[in-house]
Amino acid sequence: MTLPVTLAGLKKGFRATIERVEHRDENDLISRRLRHLGFVPGEEVVMIAHGPLGMDPVLIQIGFTRFALRREEAGRVHVTEVSSI
Amino acid sequence: MMRIALVGNPNSGKTALFNQLTGSKQKVANYPGVTVEKKSGLLRVAGDQYEILDLPGAYSFDTQSPDELVTRDVCLGLVKGEKRPDLIVCVVDSTNLRLHLRFALEVRALGIPMVLALNMADSAKRRGITINSEALSEGLGVPIVETVAVRREGARSLTDFIQSGMFQEPRKAEDIDFHAEAKRLISEAVYVPSKTATLDDTLDRVLLHPVAGLGILTLTMFFMFQAVFSWAAPFMDLVDSGVGQLGQFVEVMLPSGPLRDLLVEGLIGGVGSVIIFLPQILFLFLFILILEESGYLPRAAFLLDRFMVGAGLSGRSFIPLLSSFACAIPGIMATRTIQDRRDRITTILVAPLMTCSARLPVYALLIAAFIPDRAVLGIFNLQGLTLFGLYSAGIVSALLVASVMKKMRRSNEVQTLMLELPAYRMPNPRDIVIGLIERAKIFLARIGKVILAITVILWVLSTYPSPPEGWQGTAIDYSIAGRIGHSVEWIFAPLGFNWQICVALIPGLAAREVAVSALGTVYAISASVEDPSAQLLPIVASEWSLATGLALLAWYIFAPQCLATLAVIKKETQSWGVMLTAMVYLFGLAYLASLLVFNLFN
Repeated sequence: MTLPVTLAGLKKGFRATIERVEHRDENDLISRRLRHLGFVPGEEVVMIAHGPLGMDPVLIQIGFTRFALRREEAGRVHVTEVSSI
Repeated sequence: MMRIALVGNPNSGKTALFNQLTGSKQKVANYPGVTVEKKSGLLRVAGDQYEILDLPGAYSFDTQSPDELVTRDVCLGLVKGEKRPDLIVCVVDSTNLRLHLRFALEVRALGIPMVLALNMADSAKRRGITINSEALSEGLGVPIVETVAVRREGARSLTDFIQSGMFQEPRKAEDIDFHAEAKRLISEAVYVPSKTATLDDTLDRVLLHPVAGLGILTLTMFFMFQAVFSWAAPFMDLVDSGVGQLGQFVEVMLPSGPLRDLLVEGLIGGVGSVIIFLPQILFLFLFILILEESGYLPRAAFLLDRFMVGAGLSGRSFIPLLSSFACAIPGIMATRTIQDRRDRITTILVAPLMTCSARLPVYALLIAAFIPDRAVLGIFNLQGLTLFGLYSAGIVSALLVASVMKKMRRSNEVQTLMLELPAYRMPNPRDIVIGLIERAKIFLARIGKVILAITVILWVLSTYPSPPEGWQGTAIDYSIAGRIGHSVEWIFAPLGFNWQICVALIPGLAAREVAVSALGTVYAISASVEDPSAQLLPIVASEWSLATGLALLAWYIFAPQCLATLAVIKKETQSWGVMLTAMVYLFGLAYLASLLVFNLFN
């Protein structure tokens, strides 16, 4: 069974492949920014760490770069092919 | 003159390269967003001159963030009265090509002659990343040079290229997917072994751990303030005796009269009482510089983000606020990396509550006068703890003020973090030393200009007019300064401030540390005696009640800011309203806090 998963729900130490980045509205600045940062379909991402309070923000590695994203932001990134490293 | 712009992703080393090319000493550090303004400098090679522009880092030209907009406007030639750059040096971090090449492609699409600088070529080699620059240059259609901006001669290949003058417009390739293209170029020309350095993985596992990470952060901050107090002490004694000897020397050399009084009491006494804090300020900066260089600061922002959101700020506010411990002015300018305007204004408004280094002299004097030098729990020192408490009080009130502002603006808008955490780096001792020398220069220049001038003016005001014969009070009572102090005393009397403090508060508006030298002048201290600041200390300790001392400490937590901070707030926000809000609320809080403290202890 595969449930729809976003980056916000990815467990620490798991990798996944980006399926799509959701646009919440016409002019979603966050999803646009995410695209500029390299969050595009087909990219592989790894969950490195969670923040101390409410597991927020999350630290994602994409390519060689680590980005801190709020859950709100990470929730826009839908992923598939989740596996542990 | 040829105009050359340095453009690239944040933290790719543009400013380090700029410093190499122009011989400047602009601030560099290991976190994204150090440069928020356009800087310009001159490159001289073999008799030719070029104008070099250092621009804020950007992820994309399609942006809302104030610092990235600067870069976009310069590159697109949208800045009035400025021509487009003749050459763009697109600086990329060789260890982070996937992200940086994407932006390089966006830059290429501008159609301006361009050269790609593969920066940090040395770390790429160390990590086993091999870049076939010929193939990459071929694929990109842009000439490539390799640079190591942090090493001497590391920009040599770039200056050679600039000198060759072989600039050409890149071939146009419209409507391509920048990501796909970057990926393709990398697969053709770059070999990458493992994804990140294992050291970074290990460090992040510990430093970002929910419990251990927060513990380490607290300890680091705490240790920093302890060190400022205890490690600096021997150096302060050294400065102090030097000043004392100078005073004695002048006193012996000159005949008595107004000139000698001005030099010994006004100049040496006044300046000496501030210069003594140089060691403490340098220790504070030693810590800040090491934190900045190592790449730890954005990690702290990661750990604290959620807490700061609760208070109406953002993790992004952390770096501007930490910079404000040095001085609120660079801190307020650093808020340009905050995209959300309201987050930015909130951060600007609370930045002055971070205890800036100019307040350190005032705190240090009052703590030494009123807080016993006693060990607590064996390892801590009560004076160090008090200092930590004062800094904490500033932080806590900043959080409170920010959350009140959050309630007032009641918006549901989503705010963003999206912060890049750079690779860790061992701080380079040479850079740290240069950074400290720069800070020392800034501090001494402040003393040389503002503080010196005010001290002399104040000395004149508190010496003249001289009292007539048969005057019952002290000479200063009769002077202009004394009269001013007496006339505003009623405003501050409820806080337990005597008229001498009132006199010192006024020049303190120009620069906070002047309050100390002003007190020295007002109490007519002569620097000719062995230990000038040790003289002010017993007077303060004996003349003021504990309640007055603590009330003045409380006053300075919120301290009516220095005028320069207000000017920067106006400039950065383009709003008189924000500036006036800052002024009024800080004055109000300072007054209330002192009133409360005075009545509590009286």
